[in-house]
Amino acid sequence: MLSIRNLEAGIDGKPILRGLSLEIGKGEVHAIMGPNGSGKSTLAHILAGRDGYEITGGEVIYEGRNLLEMPTEERAREGVFLAFQYPVEIPGVSNIYLLKAALNAVRKHRGEGELDAMDFLKLVKDRMNLVEMDEQFLYRPVNEGFSGGEKKRNEILQMAVLQPKLGILDETDSGLDIDALRVVANGVNALRGPERSLMLVTHYQRLLDYIVPDYVHVLAGGRIVKSGDRGLALELESRGYGWIEEELREGA
Amino acid sequence: MGTSKQNLDELIRKDYEHGFVTDIEADTVPPGLDEDVVRAISAKKGEPEFMLEWRLRAYRHWTTMREPEWAHVHYPPLDFQAISYYSAPKAKGAGPKSLDEVDPKLLETYNKLGIPLKEQELLAGVAVDAVFDSVSVATTFKDKLAGMGIIFCSFSEAVHEHPDLVRKYLGSVVPHTDNFYASLNSAVFSDGSFVYVPKGVRCPMELSTYFRINAKNTGQFERTLIIADEGSYVSYLEGCTAPQRDENQLHAAVVELIALKDARIKYSTVQNWYPGDEEGRGGIYNFVTKRGACRGAHAKISWTQVETGSAITWKYPSVLLEGDHSVGEFYSVALTNNRQQADTGTKMIHIGRNTRSTIVSKGISAGRGQNAYRGLVKVLKGAHDARNYTRCDSLLIGPRCGAHTFPYIEVRNPTAQVEHEATTSKISEDQLYYCMQRGISAEDAVSMIVNGFCKEVFKELPMEFAVEAQKLLGISLEGSVG
Repeated sequence: MLSIRNLEAGIDGKPILRGLSLEIGKGEVHAIMGPNGSGKSTLAHILAGRDGYEITGGEVIYEGRNLLEMPTEERAREGVFLAFQYPVEIPGVSNIYLLKAALNAVRKHRGEGELDAMDFLKLVKDRMNLVEMDEQFLYRPVNEGFSGGEKKRNEILQMAVLQPKLGILDETDSGLDIDALRVVANGVNALRGPERSLMLVTHYQRLLDYIVPDYVHVLAGGRIVKSGDRGLALELESRGYGWIEEELREGA
Repeated sequence: MGTSKQNLDELIRKDYEHGFVTDIEADTVPPGLDEDVVRAISAKKGEPEFMLEWRLRAYRHWTTMREPEWAHVHYPPLDFQAISYYSAPKAKGAGPKSLDEVDPKLLETYNKLGIPLKEQELLAGVAVDAVFDSVSVATTFKDKLAGMGIIFCSFSEAVHEHPDLVRKYLGSVVPHTDNFYASLNSAVFSDGSFVYVPKGVRCPMELSTYFRINAKNTGQFERTLIIADEGSYVSYLEGCTAPQRDENQLHAAVVELIALKDARIKYSTVQNWYPGDEEGRGGIYNFVTKRGACRGAHAKISWTQVETGSAITWKYPSVLLEGDHSVGEFYSVALTNNRQQADTGTKMIHIGRNTRSTIVSKGISAGRGQNAYRGLVKVLKGAHDARNYTRCDSLLIGPRCGAHTFPYIEVRNPTAQVEHEATTSKISEDQLYYCMQRGISAEDAVSMIVNGFCKEVFKELPMEFAVEAQKLLGISLEGSVG
């Protein structure tokens, strides 16, 4: 469902991704690991449609369409969802208002009618149970005054409401204590299914103890340099990233 | 790649929707101002002697005054001799007796503005006193209101039909010597609205005036006087638009409100005068004096304004809290985009005991707009246990605009409690990206954030006005982050 081919991209003339290729099939969970500065977050934001990156080569095909030509909001409506590493605060706009506006935008795009207030509230409350969030968060301004863990749960709540086809989780484990991590991971696991692919961007293996991926990829120097299964993540945990970089240098 | 930046630029650049000119024969006094012009205006309106005397006193005082320069706005000096001080649509025969007799072109203008008088008369239950340039063209619902003893008419008519009330209250809140523009208005005001609600009567509908500046090089100087007698209630709506022209036009209005014992007046404004183009050419100079007096115990005056238009806005709707336990409120949204400038706020003067005031001001700046809040809270010596709460928030959109806050607090009584809160925030690219990544368009995201910011003020507006205000903000902001 997602096919990234030889993607080259940078920012302000500085190359970050240098020929990255990756295939994600329907219902698969892929973990993207790698050292700091390897381009993990850049990849996540380029897929999600953030402004400011220069694409200098390659292509991204999502469900048969050229993803990079689609406007940001259209990608979202077509089912690409990014759980932000640093969720943005929007003072004055309540969480429930944002959720409703987003869901209705997605539904409209699919040719479905807007949900009425009652049905919407029922849906949201149901999804809040997944991430063990209290109802009061619905009426607070988006992410304002939320703790780190609350923000991450809120991201997963949005994902649970919007039901994307491709969920990209950017360092969702960062800044979470072990209890919060478990809650967030339970929420994500509940969203796994044959129709939903996930891409977990993470620096640490820890998250993968809770959300077990089908594939693990190592991103270094702007390319996927090694792919494997769960075992690769464990090896990275014990050996660090240094040996991969060494292998690369020897190969070159 | 994403297109939030592009969308925002397009959004900001949305054109002024009301920039059409109505081609109607007008009876216009040649430009310039002297005693003869003042006499001519008074004569054209067939005014009684006391009005002419009052105008002349104001004019003579005005000639001794200088233009104020303290506001945080910049513009080249105005030539008061280049302005025509009176313009009226030329009547075909006698004045209109019903809507059917009103010049169809005028009605068409209102239709373009989205306020079809007929429709309003039939459907909305809003009585409209429409001021086209200087003369009131039609007043609807008059008969129904008259049955309850409520007077709602043009100012000119009030001068003839209710001279005692006019004499008693005109200038009693904003004297003819008050300030440069108020004095000018007192000398040359052409028309406006007059409302009197008798004792104990609750006005059953929103009273509404729509102002529109049409003729070229004319100033609009309307005068509004609203008197709520003991125990009465009235809600008054004022909306404004003007056609698009390259020259600047002056609008110097005066509004006086008088609330007697236990009376309540709610005054709402949606101001959408032509703001000038992106480079700051043209647009209305909106220099307005609005003031209300709570003249008895438990009286209440509430101002709500949404200011999205005008090249320059300079106004401070104020309340004199004279009666014990009287209440003053000011809720404001002021938006400046492109080169617009606004210096607006309020004055709450606590005179009686146990008086209370609330000020909620929301300033939005986009483009190169400059937005200043200027407010005075004054507690006089005899005002025991006065309370004020002020909240003053600014929202910045883009890197080239400015927000300024000038709060003045003068307290002469130790029992007073005065609170002031202020915040400044901005709409960032990150916020837009976040919303767009959730499927919401940039345009909807901006209006969602702005409307969230203005929520506290919008909820004070009557329903239909709140909807219009939200739309206006959306239009006025098109294209603002970059």
